[in-house]
Amino acid sequence: MKKSFISRRAFKTLALNLVVWIFALAWMLPFIGLVAVSIQPYREVVVKGWVRVPDLSSLTLNNYIEALRNPLYDLATGYRNSVIVAFLSSLILVVAAALTAYAFANLDFRLKALLFATILFIMMVPQQLTVVPLFLLYRNLGLYNTFQGVILLHSAWGIAWVTFFLRNYLRFIPRSLVEAARVDGASEITIFYKIILPLSIPALIASFIMQFTWVWNDLFYALVFLASRDKQVITQKVVMLKGEFHIDWGLLTAGSIISMSTPLILYVVFNRYFMRGVAAWGVKR
Amino acid sequence: MIIARSFSHTPPWGALVHNLVWVALHVPIVTFLGLIIAYLLKYHVRGSTIIKAILFLGIVIPPAVGGLIIRFMFEADIGIVPILFSYVGVESLSKTWTLYPQTALLALILGSVWLWLGFSVTVFAAAMETIPRSHIEAAKVFGASTWQTFYRIVAPQLKPAITVVVVMTLLWDLKIFDIVYASTGGGPGGSTTVLALVMYNYFARALDYYRSAAVAVILTLVVIPFIVLIIRRERG
Repeated sequence: MKKSFISRRAFKTLALNLVVWIFALAWMLPFIGLVAVSIQPYREVVVKGWVRVPDLSSLTLNNYIEALRNPLYDLATGYRNSVIVAFLSSLILVVAAALTAYAFANLDFRLKALLFATILFIMMVPQQLTVVPLFLLYRNLGLYNTFQGVILLHSAWGIAWVTFFLRNYLRFIPRSLVEAARVDGASEITIFYKIILPLSIPALIASFIMQFTWVWNDLFYALVFLASRDKQVITQKVVMLKGEFHIDWGLLTAGSIISMSTPLILYVVFNRYFMRGVAAWGVKR
Repeated sequence: MIIARSFSHTPPWGALVHNLVWVALHVPIVTFLGLIIAYLLKYHVRGSTIIKAILFLGIVIPPAVGGLIIRFMFEADIGIVPILFSYVGVESLSKTWTLYPQTALLALILGSVWLWLGFSVTVFAAAMETIPRSHIEAAKVFGASTWQTFYRIVAPQLKPAITVVVVMTLLWDLKIFDIVYASTGGGPGGSTTVLALVMYNYFARALDYYRSAAVAVILTLVVIPFIVLIIRRERG
C-alpha cells in the first residue's frame, strides 16, 4: 500500500520533469531552425525544409560571408559601428552613473526624493518621447548622423536605470564605513575612490555589460539618428536584409545570428549578472 | 482587426487598439505561464537552472532580431508553427501568418510571449526563493496536492512580484516597436501598427515632426499611470 503510493509520486515527478523539459526544448526550436537554415543553401531549404538531419556535404558558410561582405548588406561595417557605439557609451555611462549613484546612496541633499522619482520616471518613459526635440537640437548642433551624437544620447538615456541599479547595490555597503571615513576627515571624492569604488567592482562590471547589451540591441535611436550607410549599426543592417517582397531566409537567418552573437556570448559568460538584474524586480528591497 | 491608415489625420485609435489587444493577450499569458513554470522549476524539476537560462534567451537577443525570428517561426513551409499545423491538417493556419491581416497581430503577440516569458519566470523564481521551503513541506505533510500548495501557499506570497510582472509587461507591450518594425512593419494593410510605429512613420516617412511629437506624447500619457505605480513601489 505504502509502496505503491511512493511509486505513484515518483511517476508524477517524472512526468512533470518530462513535460517541462519538452516545453523548454520546444522553446529552443526557433533557434535550432535559425542555425539549420543559416548553414545550408536556401535553395535546398526551400525544397527539403530544415526539419531533418542536414546533408554534411551541402553545409556552407556562404550565407554568413554574403551577409558580412556583400556591399549591398555589409554587416561587417554595421558590426564595427555597433562595437564603437556600444563600448564608448557604456564606458562614459558607467563613470557618470557611479558618481550619481554614490550621491543617492550616501549623501543627503535637497529634493533628493523628487530627483530619485525623476530617475525612475526617465527609466520607464518611452524612447519616442525624446526623439523629436533631440532631432531638431542635433541637427542644429551638427550631431545628427554622427557617432558622437548617438554615443552621448545612449550614455544620457542609460544613466537613469544604471544609477538606479548601482544605488541599490551601494545601499548594501554599510553606511558606517562611509561615516567612519568622514570622521577621519576624508573628502567625499576620497571616500568614493578609496572605499566605495573597490567594493562595487562587480556591480560596475554588471552595469557595463548590461548597458553594452542594451545599446547593442537598440534599434529605435539608431534608426532616427544614424542615416548614412557607413554609420548604420548592426540592428539596422539586419532589418534591411529582409527584402520588400522576397525574403532570402538563408541570408536573414545568418544575419540574425551574427547580430545576436555578441549579446549571446556576453550572456553565456556573465549569465549571473543578467539574471540577477532582472531577478531583483522580484524581491522586495 | 482594425485597419489603421498611418497618414490619416485622426488620432491613432487603430494603433492604440492593437496595443490594447496586445496587453489583453500578452499580460495574462506571460503571468500565468511564468507562475506555473517558476513553481514547477523550483519544487519539482531537475536542471531548473538550464531551463531558466534557455527561457531567458529571449530577453538577451536584440528585439529587432526577435521580430525577425517571429516572422521566421510563422513563415509557411519553414516556420515551426505552420509546419505543425500542416502536419495536423489545419490548412488555414499552415500559411505565412504575418501575411494575412486576420493572423498577423496574433502571430506577433504569440511570438512576443516566446521572447518575454523569461522575464516573468526569472522574477517569479527569484520571489519564490524568499518563500521558506518549510511552508511547502508542511503543506505536503498535511496532504495538500501540488495545485493546492501552489494556490494556497505560494501564490498569495507572490503578490508583489505578480504586480511587478504585470506592470512591466504592460509597459513593454505599450512601448513595443522593434519587434513590429522588423517583422511586419505594421502590415499587412496596417493590421499590426502600434503607437510607437505610428510615431516613427510620421517622423521618418511623412517628415511631420508635429504629429510625430503628438503621438509620442499620447504614448507617454498612456504609460504614465503604470510608471507611477512602479515609482510608488520602489520608493515605498
